[in-house]
Amino acid sequence: MSISEVSGTEILGADDVSRAITRISHEIVERNPDLSPVVIVGMQTGGVWIAQRLRDTVNRIAESIEVPLGAVDISMYRDDFSLRPVVLSAPTDIPLDLTGRTVVLVDDVLFTGRTVRAALEALNDHGRPRAVQLAVMVDRGHRELPIRPDYVGKNIPTHFTDEVSVGPDGVFVTAVVQ
Amino acid sequence: MKHLLSSHDLSVDEIVGILDVADHMAEINTRSLPKVPALRGKTIASVFFEDSTRTRLSFETAAKRLSADVMTFMASSSSLNKGESLRDTIETLSAMGVDAMVIRHKSSGVPLTMTQWTDAVVINAGDGWHQHPTQGLLDAYTVTREFGTKDSLSGRSIAIVGDIKHSRVARSNIDIFRRLGAHVVVVAPPALLPKNIESWGVEVRNTIDDVVGEVDALYMLRMQLERMDSSIVPKLTEYCALYSLTPERAARMGSGAILMHPGPINRGVELIVDPTDVPGSRILKQVTNGVNVRMAVLFTLLGSGATTVLQQGGES
Repeated sequence: MSISEVSGTEILGADDVSRAITRISHEIVERNPDLSPVVIVGMQTGGVWIAQRLRDTVNRIAESIEVPLGAVDISMYRDDFSLRPVVLSAPTDIPLDLTGRTVVLVDDVLFTGRTVRAALEALNDHGRPRAVQLAVMVDRGHRELPIRPDYVGKNIPTHFTDEVSVGPDGVFVTAVVQ
Repeated sequence: MKHLLSSHDLSVDEIVGILDVADHMAEINTRSLPKVPALRGKTIASVFFEDSTRTRLSFETAAKRLSADVMTFMASSSSLNKGESLRDTIETLSAMGVDAMVIRHKSSGVPLTMTQWTDAVVINAGDGWHQHPTQGLLDAYTVTREFGTKDSLSGRSIAIVGDIKHSRVARSNIDIFRRLGAHVVVVAPPALLPKNIESWGVEVRNTIDDVVGEVDALYMLRMQLERMDSSIVPKLTEYCALYSLTPERAARMGSGAILMHPGPINRGVELIVDPTDVPGSRILKQVTNGVNVRMAVLFTLLGSGATTVLQQGGES
């Protein structure tokens, strides 16, 4: 199998990423008039930095409240162990019982939806949240499960084989030809 | 890495990798619901031809926390008593559809031989005097996490005291401790040292008094009384005078130094002090860490997709 990279296109710049984080933070505050049960949980590893910035921004907007932050590692919950090797990232760090909380689950890219499915199962092992909302920087389509995001930085139509990378410095799509 | 037969099978990177995975398992084991679906649908057989409490239960707990199914084979209640051979026993278990076998046997090399008889992943849980690799891993995990030095033991000194010659724990631990950079001292009477000890890369000392105040970790081996006869240790009291950890000696351990023992303890032999009276005792911590590390080993060998990738010829 030979893979050759054709192009890497910048879809969002660093400023666009920052603006998307600010906008999503406002949406979180608007959708949750009572922020006291809200906890923001990033998915290891790509969602963690976004969750951190969302939490900081939400706290700045809300002023009077400190929304807690967590991180969830889903490698033990995947349904595709036999299909690809698992690369362990960093452990789960959920500092409180999630029972009755509203979890804002954060990832960088929403693709097939399988990681989100695994994350929902992982969250349940830390209590039964009242609700889970999903925030992603990029929705690239190709869902294989009935999962949709509540907050989206940018919808990007892609080919299934494209590679999407997300960081504080921007969002890039690389077409991969097999 | 398809099997885990010996500490020597593992590169330093693989050792560090397993210890990192064990951190994930440690987090799972602190939850109110300490169970994940990672090995759902896998069957793990524990095949023990020698008595064991902690190793067998530790592996079985680890397997269950990863949602694997567990079969337990006990030599004492098996068809071995009807004359079934080891090979037929292993092939029979294998034919039932077992993904991994955790094997303990009194003869060195049985786990390696078994790999010819089964496609299952073979994990050595102790073979004769040869190896006990998961003990070495869990002890390395205990020491590295105790001293907060994740992937290295450099600058640390560890004394292993007791019957080095007949100890598979010593062989696995010395290998792993040394390759992580620790300075290893062995303390034993000449009759309980292997003939080629010079080639092991360790320092040899003659009494526990020489090391007890100097080392960061004091690792007391179990005197395997069932394997002893009077030609090896003529007088147990003379042995104890030079090699046992007494309350007086424990009081001389450095501040921050830790005490370890693989269990089961012979109270009044290698440990004359009650370990609960030693502030640095990590003996029960080793047992807790054993579950974390064995979960990491099972997950690495069965759950991470590594074996499948190997079978596909390296494609991911």
